[in-house]
Amino acid sequence: MISDMLLISTLIVALVASPLPLWLQHYGRAFAALGAASVMALCLMLLTPLFVPVMSGMTLVETYAWLPDWGLALSFRLDGLGLMFSLLILGIGLLVTLYAYYYLDHHDRLGRFYTLLLLFMAAMLGVVLSENLLLLVVFWELTSLVSFLLISYKHESYESRLAGRIALAVTGGGGLALFVGVLLLGHIAGSYELSVVLAAGEQIHNHELYAPMLILILLGAFTKSAQFPFHFWLPQAMAAPTPVSAYLHSATMVKAGVFLLARLHPALAGSELWFWLVSGTGAITLVYAAYVAFYRYDFKGLLAYSTISHLGLITLLFGLDTALSVVAGVFHIINHAIFKASLFMAAGIVDHECGTRDMRRVNGLFKFMPITATLAIVAAGSMAGVPLLNGFLSKEMFFAETVGHPVFDEMSWLLPAFATLAGILAVAYSSRFIHDVFFNGDPVDLPRQPHEPPRWMRAPVEVLVAMCLLVGIFPQWSIAPILNVAAGAVLQQPLPEFHLAVWHGFNAPFMMSLVALGGGIALYALRHPLYAFYDRLPSIHASIVFERAYENLVAAARVLTAWLDNGSLQRYLALFIAFVLALGGWAWWSAPSSSLPVVTQPADAASVAAVLMLALAALGVVARHRQRLTAIVFTSVIGLIVALIFVRFSAPDLALTQLAVEVVTIVLLLLALYYLPPTAPVEDTLPRISRDGVLAIAAGVGLGAVTYAMLTSPFDTISGFYLAQSVPGGGGSNVVNVILVDFRGFDTLGEITVLAMVGLAAHALLDQLILKAPIRDGDGRRWSAERHPLFLEMLMRPLLPLALMVSVFIFLRGHNLPGGGFVAGLVTGVALILQYLASGIGFASARLPQRLPLLLAAGLAAAAGVGAASWLFGFPFLTTAHGHIALPLIGDIELASAMIFDLGVYLVVVSVVLMVLAELGKLSVHNEENI
Amino acid sequence: MEALLSIAIGLLSACGIFLMLRPRTFSLVLGLTLLSYAVNLFLFASGRLRMDAPPLIREGAAYTDPLPQALVLTAIVIGFGMTAYLVMLALRALAESGDDSVDAKEKT
Repeated sequence: MISDMLLISTLIVALVASPLPLWLQHYGRAFAALGAASVMALCLMLLTPLFVPVMSGMTLVETYAWLPDWGLALSFRLDGLGLMFSLLILGIGLLVTLYAYYYLDHHDRLGRFYTLLLLFMAAMLGVVLSENLLLLVVFWELTSLVSFLLISYKHESYESRLAGRIALAVTGGGGLALFVGVLLLGHIAGSYELSVVLAAGEQIHNHELYAPMLILILLGAFTKSAQFPFHFWLPQAMAAPTPVSAYLHSATMVKAGVFLLARLHPALAGSELWFWLVSGTGAITLVYAAYVAFYRYDFKGLLAYSTISHLGLITLLFGLDTALSVVAGVFHIINHAIFKASLFMAAGIVDHECGTRDMRRVNGLFKFMPITATLAIVAAGSMAGVPLLNGFLSKEMFFAETVGHPVFDEMSWLLPAFATLAGILAVAYSSRFIHDVFFNGDPVDLPRQPHEPPRWMRAPVEVLVAMCLLVGIFPQWSIAPILNVAAGAVLQQPLPEFHLAVWHGFNAPFMMSLVALGGGIALYALRHPLYAFYDRLPSIHASIVFERAYENLVAAARVLTAWLDNGSLQRYLALFIAFVLALGGWAWWSAPSSSLPVVTQPADAASVAAVLMLALAALGVVARHRQRLTAIVFTSVIGLIVALIFVRFSAPDLALTQLAVEVVTIVLLLLALYYLPPTAPVEDTLPRISRDGVLAIAAGVGLGAVTYAMLTSPFDTISGFYLAQSVPGGGGSNVVNVILVDFRGFDTLGEITVLAMVGLAAHALLDQLILKAPIRDGDGRRWSAERHPLFLEMLMRPLLPLALMVSVFIFLRGHNLPGGGFVAGLVTGVALILQYLASGIGFASARLPQRLPLLLAAGLAAAAGVGAASWLFGFPFLTTAHGHIALPLIGDIELASAMIFDLGVYLVVVSVVLMVLAELGKLSVHNEENI
Repeated sequence: MEALLSIAIGLLSACGIFLMLRPRTFSLVLGLTLLSYAVNLFLFASGRLRMDAPPLIREGAAYTDPLPQALVLTAIVIGFGMTAYLVMLALRALAESGDDSVDAKEKT
């Protein structure tokens, strides 16, 4: 409606313009920064016209079809929640852009940094503006990927790379869980569009897949928002440059998880499972991380754990699942983003000025940088929940929600007590941050002399701290409007009555705040014995556990790979056959048995004799496979009997092809045998022979059984169309040939292409290859010195035209009688090879086409060209035409355009046969010179 | 007749697989050739065994199923291509390693 492509334009601008700084950096770092800021400002401007309708409570949706069959659409949505997040992403993004310009090293040209930052911003905007859940997952994964690049920005340091890897593994892994969860959710709700999903809460809750779906989606949210026990990536990620932390780890990346909780709240929340999982995880994270934060020496680490703790708080609020707790959760998202971004930036300034982040050395900075110190103290006060600051307001709302929560009626004191404990810890670590860094004596052995940072480096912190105060003092006037629409969008129902104010009277939450403040300061006063106690505890670093698990996984994968992939073809084949057997056996036993009687044909004596011969020959090959020449003879016997089987069972085309191929194959094997050792050593052990024997017999029995089962089951041909259409549609009465060159011509085109590749491979594999030719055969006899016997030579020459004539005959009649391009090509190939064999390569090469690859290409071109030609007449690829032509003497000939296709097949077959055998033949030319 | 062909196919594939598991390239080629025969026959048999019914359109004739025949025809030619490729690989391997065993690593 009103949105008019503005949402998709914003995202396209953000994504397309993200490489801009890479180009601008050539003009200077300031240009790169300005470019990044302009892109963000442009995005903000594009969204501005939408503020008014969204602030009045509308939800804007834009949809563009993408993969409609899969439920994936480019659909975007802007409502209160999306608007609030977009403002955070773009607003804090602009401040971070300014800040990073001063923070990052002056030798850094910033192009890569700003490009990644823009890309991240685009991904984040995509997450919060997606209407389609699958699209949301795509952007979600993009944030994980880009955050990996940003965290390991200082890629020359191992620590940074490790941190990036851990973050990617945890958040990326969670992303996969989320993906599956979203697929389930879409399946349950019947659509991936949020509008549908959010309205289907009832249906979703009652579905049997609700629990697994919820757990998977929560896994995605919890990993992203660093909830216990997935929190460990976030402290590691402090290896990132501070602007990255200020952006990703306060306002955006980690907020994506709680954003998801908020976004899907109407669809998922409201069940007991939700309550216990979400509030339980949030509560543990809240207290555990606050406890750990108190003991950090590294102030950035302290802020990281504090972030985890606050994310736990937000998660807990969404888990408590009352209307007001959701409002408080949304409110705290904003407040935390503001004060934590400013704290990270202030911490970055301190780090930048002092060269270390260790609070045992960084002390008493107030006198060196009073303005920065004041700003940081105010922001830390907000983190602790001091009145008149924004953190206080949402913390009060949190306290109020814990008092008298309906679920804990017997133990109603438990939740408030827990919340107060978290409050005490928050005050304690905030006190530590303020006192240790800015007071507590003098700096100890700092690498640099600290002083105030450049004016504009401090500006973003000033803006954010001003907002802390503004929201903290005038909430109703400053934050209430956006909070109302955002919370309204989360709840998808009218908001409960609530009033944002600093002063609500002496009520329970206020008392809890007082206890937290007093208790926190007292705890901090007792810090020395506590630190001593904590230092004696065995420390478990989740990152070390992770790294060890990761290395074990890699090692296990190596072992498995080494076992499976040990370079032994025999083992691969054996495993493969065993697997196929297992699969086939399983299918066989689990298939329903059908016992429809089918009349079998009696075997006649000739067939029995043929099969007996085939069996003897097959066993002969096995028994004599070391005497290779004998084995080839046996193989040719099998080939001939197979051809006879084809003849017997009405397949004259197959019989012809089999015969021709047999000849070519045997020649090929004989040529190869000339170079290969004529015999093989005995190297099989009994266990190996037994293993292979068992596998082979099992496979043989299996295949035989399957064949018999197939032959004795009822049969209904699908070839009626081909038989009926062969003459009227294809213009030929040899149905097999018509199928090959006409009905299924595209398949045939593919197959001759494969053949063509074999021909080219011959050149690639064998060209310039030098093989040592043996002087003696297997029995120690010298090879005959007379290479080309005159008798053979003289006999073969007149045979050539005869053979060529036969092949032309076979080719021409192919469309109507057994024959065709394949057979004709093989016959021609055999005829030409005989010339090679009889007269030598020199004689034959001089009289044959020199450029066999050209012939090959011509064949392919003929086949493909005649297919493409049908386009000219407005028909689909490979449509054929045919007609009759009466030739004098020869008679009536049916000409079909398919014959040109068949000619292509013929040319390809001829040239491939020649290329393969000529390359093999050429090997001996190289050698004859060597002997 | 059906049982006879099934036995032939089973035997051919068993012999082919046994040969493919031998440690020398030439046996592998032989084994693959045998297995190709078996598979081609199997595919062909999927159109059932009919005598004196070639799929050539004539007056008042009976026809066997032409489709498996068309498939097997190309399979035979492709099988030749595969055998040729394997033979060339074997020769290349012989030239590069001076040995015709399929894997030098696995010792039994």
